[in-house]
Amino acid sequence: MVVFDKPHALTDVPLHYCPGCTHGIIHRLVAEAIDELGIEGRTVGIASVGCSVMTYNYFNCDMIQAAHGRAPAVATGCKRARPENIVFTYQGDGDLAAIGTAETVHAAARGENITVIFVNNAIYGMTGGQMAPTSLPGQVTQTSPYGRDVKTVGYPVKVCEMLKELDGATYLERVAVNNVRNVRNAKKAIKKAFENQVKGLGFSLIEVISTCPTNWGMTPEKALKWAEENMIPYYPLGVYKDKTKEAEA
Amino acid sequence: MAEKVLMKGNEAIAEAAIRCGCRHYFGYPITPQTEIAAYMAKRMPKIGGTFLQAESEVAAINMVIGAASAGVRVMTSSSSPGISLKSEGLSYMAGCDLPALVVNVQRGGPGLGGIQPSQSDYFQATRGGGHGDYHMIVLAPASVQEMASLTAKAFDLADKYRMTAMILADGTMGQMMEPVELAEGEVRPIEKPWAASGTQMTRPHNIINSLSLVPEELEKLNFARYEKYQTVIDNETLYEEYMMDDADICVVAFGIAARVSKNAVIAAREAGIRAGMIRPITLWPFPAAPVRAAAAHCRAFLSVELNMGQMIEDVRLASECARPAYLCNRVGGMIPSPELVLAKIKEIYGGVK
Repeated sequence: MVVFDKPHALTDVPLHYCPGCTHGIIHRLVAEAIDELGIEGRTVGIASVGCSVMTYNYFNCDMIQAAHGRAPAVATGCKRARPENIVFTYQGDGDLAAIGTAETVHAAARGENITVIFVNNAIYGMTGGQMAPTSLPGQVTQTSPYGRDVKTVGYPVKVCEMLKELDGATYLERVAVNNVRNVRNAKKAIKKAFENQVKGLGFSLIEVISTCPTNWGMTPEKALKWAEENMIPYYPLGVYKDKTKEAEA
Repeated sequence: MAEKVLMKGNEAIAEAAIRCGCRHYFGYPITPQTEIAAYMAKRMPKIGGTFLQAESEVAAINMVIGAASAGVRVMTSSSSPGISLKSEGLSYMAGCDLPALVVNVQRGGPGLGGIQPSQSDYFQATRGGGHGDYHMIVLAPASVQEMASLTAKAFDLADKYRMTAMILADGTMGQMMEPVELAEGEVRPIEKPWAASGTQMTRPHNIINSLSLVPEELEKLNFARYEKYQTVIDNETLYEEYMMDDADICVVAFGIAARVSKNAVIAAREAGIRAGMIRPITLWPFPAAPVRAAAAHCRAFLSVELNMGQMIEDVRLASECARPAYLCNRVGGMIPSPELVLAKIKEIYGGVK
C-alpha cells in the first residue's frame, strides 16, 4: 500500500535548489493542490526570474517562462486566451515586489482570475544574495553590507497589506513553511487559491514566508529559526483579505 | 464577397485583424494609433473577443506573450516610444518563437519626440529592437488598402514561421482615409501543437521558454533560428518596382515616402530623366535582390526617408556600394514634397556620370 508518493503534477527532474531551501516544500504543496483538484491537464504555470526560473522543468503541466516581473501580465494574456484553463504564477520577492510591482498591483486591481504563489525569502537568491524589496530593516546582504538602512533605502514592501486595499483582490493570505503546522496551513491556503480560480472567483495571492540558508549564511535549521524569529514578526501570518464568500454569492 | 468602404488606416488594421481571426488585443493608449484600441474596445466584446487596456506597454506585450503562448491569434499596437517599452517583450518573443502581430504607427523621435509621422524606427524594427540576435518580419504599408491586406499577411506569416510580425506604418498611414476592400474573413487555422494550452493529460508538458544555460545548446538554437530566417528571406521578400526597366536613377522608398516619390518619378520622366522606384513592402527581409539588380543599370540610388538615413544603409549593403546612394529626407514629423524629391533626382542626374 502506498502511503506517501510524489504528486503527479511534479516531474521527476531533480530540483536544483540549495540544501534546506523551502522552494521544494512549496513546489510540493502546489503540486498536491493541482492533483487533488484534478486540474493538471488544464493548468498552465508561469515561471518567473530568480531561483524559481526553472520551475518550468518541475511541474508536469504546461509552463511558460516569463521575463523578470512580468508573470502576472503573461498569466493575464494566457487566462484571457483560454478562460477554461487554470493559470498560476510562481514568483519570488524581487520578481513580484520590485521589478514586477506594477504587473502585480494591476492584475490584482483587475480582479484577474489567476492564482499567484509569492515566495518571500527577503533576498535575491539567484544572483547571489542582494537586498530585496522585502529584506528586513538591518538585514545584511551583498548590497546592504552594513545592514538595510531604512533612512537611505527605505522600508520593506508588505505585499498582502498593500494589496488588500484593492477592490479587485479576492483572497490574500500570508503563510509560512518553517514548521509542520505552518506547512499544513500553507497547503490549505494554496489549495483554496486554486479552488477560487476553478470557481471563477478572481485574484488570489498566497505569500509564503520562505528561507534562503545559502544567502542568509545559515544552516537550514538556523534559517528556519531566523524566519520564525525575524520574518514572521515583521510579516504576520494570516488572512489579509477573503471575499471568497461574497464572490460566490 | 469583398466590400469597399472608406476607412482610416488604423481602423483598417483593426478590422482586418478581426476578420482573420484575431480575438485578443492588448494595448496602451498612445498617439497616433489609438483608433486601433478604440475600434477593438468597441468590437471585441460583441464578438466574444478580448480587448484589454493594460497598465503599461510592458504589461501589454507580456499579455500578448501569454496569449500567443496559449496558441491564439493576438496583437498589440503602439507608437514609437511605446515600442521601445515593448522591446524587452519582443526579444523574449523571438527567444520563445512566438507568433503575434505588433503594429507600430511611428511618430517622430527620439525621446517623447512629436506626434507627427515619421519613419525613424526603421533600425529598431529591422534590427530587432530588443537584446539578442533576432529578427521580426516587418511589413510597410503604403495605403489604407495595404494596412488591411498586410495585417492579414502578417498574421499568416507569423503563424507559418512562429515569428513576431510587425506592421511598420506611420502617422499618415494611420490617420488618412481611403477606400479599402476588406476580404471576408478567411481564417486558415493552423495547428499549434507546441502551445501551452493545457496537456489534457494526453501529452508531455509543453514549455514556452527562452532560457538556455548551456552555451552549446543556446548556440544551436540561434543557428537554427537563423536558418529559419534564411527561409523567410528566400520566400517571403515583398517589393514593388515602378518604371525600373530602363531606369537611370533608382529611388528607394517605403510607406508614405514611396507615395510621394512615385509622383516625383513621374515628374522626372516628364522632364526626360529615366527615374524608377523600388518600394520595399517587407523591410525585413529587405528586398536586396532587386536593389542589387538595379545597380547594374542605374547610375545612382536615392533613398527617400522620414528619418536621418536608416534604410539607405540597406541600400548600400544590397548594392554593395556599386553606385552612389543619396539621401532625400525630412524628419521630426515633416514629410518631403514631390518637388523636393524631384529636385534631388535632378541634382543627382546632373552630377553623376
